[in-house]
Amino acid sequence: MTLFLSYLISGISLGSVYAIIALGYTMVYGIAKMLNFAHGDVIMIGAYISFCVTQYLGLPAFVSVVAAMAVCTALGIVIEGLAYRPLRQAASLAVLITAIGVSYLLQNVALLIWGSNPKNFTSVFSVGAITLFGGTLTITSETILTVLANIVIMIGLTLFTGKTKVGKAMRAVSEDKGAAELMGINVNHTITITFAIGSALAAIAGVLLCSSYPTLQPTTGSMPGIKAFTAAVFGGIGSIPGAMIGGVLLGVIEILGKAYVSTELGDAFVFAVLIVVLLVKPTGLLGKQVREKV
Amino acid sequence: MKKLSKTTVRNLFTYLLVIAAFVICQSMVNAGAMSRSLRGQLVPICVYVVMAVSLNLTVGISGELSLGHAGFMSVGAFSGIVASTWLLGAFSMENEVVRLILAMVFGGVFAGIAGVIIGVPVLRLRGDYLAIVTLAFGEIIRNVLNCLYISIDAGRVYISFNSPNIPGEMLVNGPAGATGVDKIATFGMGFALILFTLVVVLNLINSRSGRAIMAVRDNRIAAESMGINVTKYRMMAFVTSAVLAGMAGALYGLNYSSVQASKFDFNTSILVLVFVVLGGIGNICGSVIAATLLTILPELLRAFSDYRMLVYAIVLILVMLATNSPVARAFFERVALKFKPSKAGKGGNAA
Repeated sequence: MTLFLSYLISGISLGSVYAIIALGYTMVYGIAKMLNFAHGDVIMIGAYISFCVTQYLGLPAFVSVVAAMAVCTALGIVIEGLAYRPLRQAASLAVLITAIGVSYLLQNVALLIWGSNPKNFTSVFSVGAITLFGGTLTITSETILTVLANIVIMIGLTLFTGKTKVGKAMRAVSEDKGAAELMGINVNHTITITFAIGSALAAIAGVLLCSSYPTLQPTTGSMPGIKAFTAAVFGGIGSIPGAMIGGVLLGVIEILGKAYVSTELGDAFVFAVLIVVLLVKPTGLLGKQVREKV
Repeated sequence: MKKLSKTTVRNLFTYLLVIAAFVICQSMVNAGAMSRSLRGQLVPICVYVVMAVSLNLTVGISGELSLGHAGFMSVGAFSGIVASTWLLGAFSMENEVVRLILAMVFGGVFAGIAGVIIGVPVLRLRGDYLAIVTLAFGEIIRNVLNCLYISIDAGRVYISFNSPNIPGEMLVNGPAGATGVDKIATFGMGFALILFTLVVVLNLINSRSGRAIMAVRDNRIAAESMGINVTKYRMMAFVTSAVLAGMAGALYGLNYSSVQASKFDFNTSILVLVFVVLGGIGNICGSVIAATLLTILPELLRAFSDYRMLVYAIVLILVMLATNSPVARAFFERVALKFKPSKAGKGGNAA
């Protein structure tokens, strides 16, 4: 039982990281209707920045997270402005390929700066772990902080999109770009803000991910990126609570699948569950069913 | 003489281009005028051309974004390798050309079966959901192949899942992949496979079925109300594409002495998709050219050594921006107007 609980807890922890990454995917998709494949690599950059700030500059962990967020936010804005904005009216496949190009670019820049040798990321948290059931169940500080961060981000984003003017503008743009523009909303500006928020979240996710799984190399971001994208689709792409639920469920399924079915087939198990869910509910768990009009 | 139709001219041009490229390359190889690294790229180029053309059938003609095309390639590669070794062991088939052809047929058949299994559930979905499920299937195939152990003992093929305890000589060894493969792939056979693919795809596009497939792509509901069986035609395009990818995979697998399932990951699928998009979605000739150029490009960029993938990424982004952004398009149209006043306004079908 305690074994199951410990798997469940590490699943929730991993899932929370996926959820934070998936939020970035889902917000960008909701507003710009594009699959931002470079998102996974922004995570990797965030983790590297945090690593450098703690290792080379010797600054405290908190500062490194803020620095990573700042750099990734700037990066998100630059990527959006240079690569995606000129293609706003282009076919979605063209934007997708550009995003893949940006992903290659980020990976290779990281490869040139930091080399291909994996860096050993030291956890940014130094709080003690909690032991339960007389020492049989340990919850690490990383787990607690990851889950806490996830909950805080979730509440923050819900309040932001629901209450603030910018958040409302974001929802308006994602619903109908043309109508939003007619109402005096600056669509380009809103999309830039979305990218900035998504990239800042990616930085947090990068630090959290590497605190739990400490090998850091230029390809670190791709697989979590793909999984988080899967999580976003799983929960219904474009929906913020959907990304949260999808991410956590996916993490739990992955860890339980690896523990009880087969270690090698853990990923296959995740994707198989995704396929089954999409077959039953073709727009994901919380996705909106759009009726086709003839 | 009867005036040839536009499509015929276009198709003839594609065939001629491929044949001319083959003749030039082959004579360069014979004359020893080709560098070693480039010669090693000849078969992969053929493989990627076939992959790009077959993916273009799914993405361009049928209009479904598939992100798992490498999955079919890996199924084809592994079944091709097993078939080739088995044929050599069981029937002592020494003739390499016949063995390669049969291996490619096996690869195609198995990839086609995978295509049917995947197509039935996948083609119920639309748009980005279809993309993510094909991605998921690609990853599942890769994961499953990573757990597969195949051995051959006295003409019998043993297949085991997750455990290497099977009799005979190991051929496919789980995550270590297939080792000790007989390298029987040749440039000539690659060329033949390209021609075969072109004949299949171009004839399919210009047939009644091909027009039905494109009608479904352009407007599913309208096509359905005209009595077109949507599922049947989407499946036809998807499975044909899978079969061709499987044959290309078999050729690829038999070109190296060892092949791992991890070679056929998401990045390979994306690579092929890049060929299709840069060559022009739905444009078969464009796929052939893009696949060839972009496979050679990293070789040509060797001068940049460490920076070559960086340059590749930048080139990719710039080409996408140049061909798709409205500003750049307007600029190119102005340039075209200056040089060729008679052809003004015709530009912009490059991508």
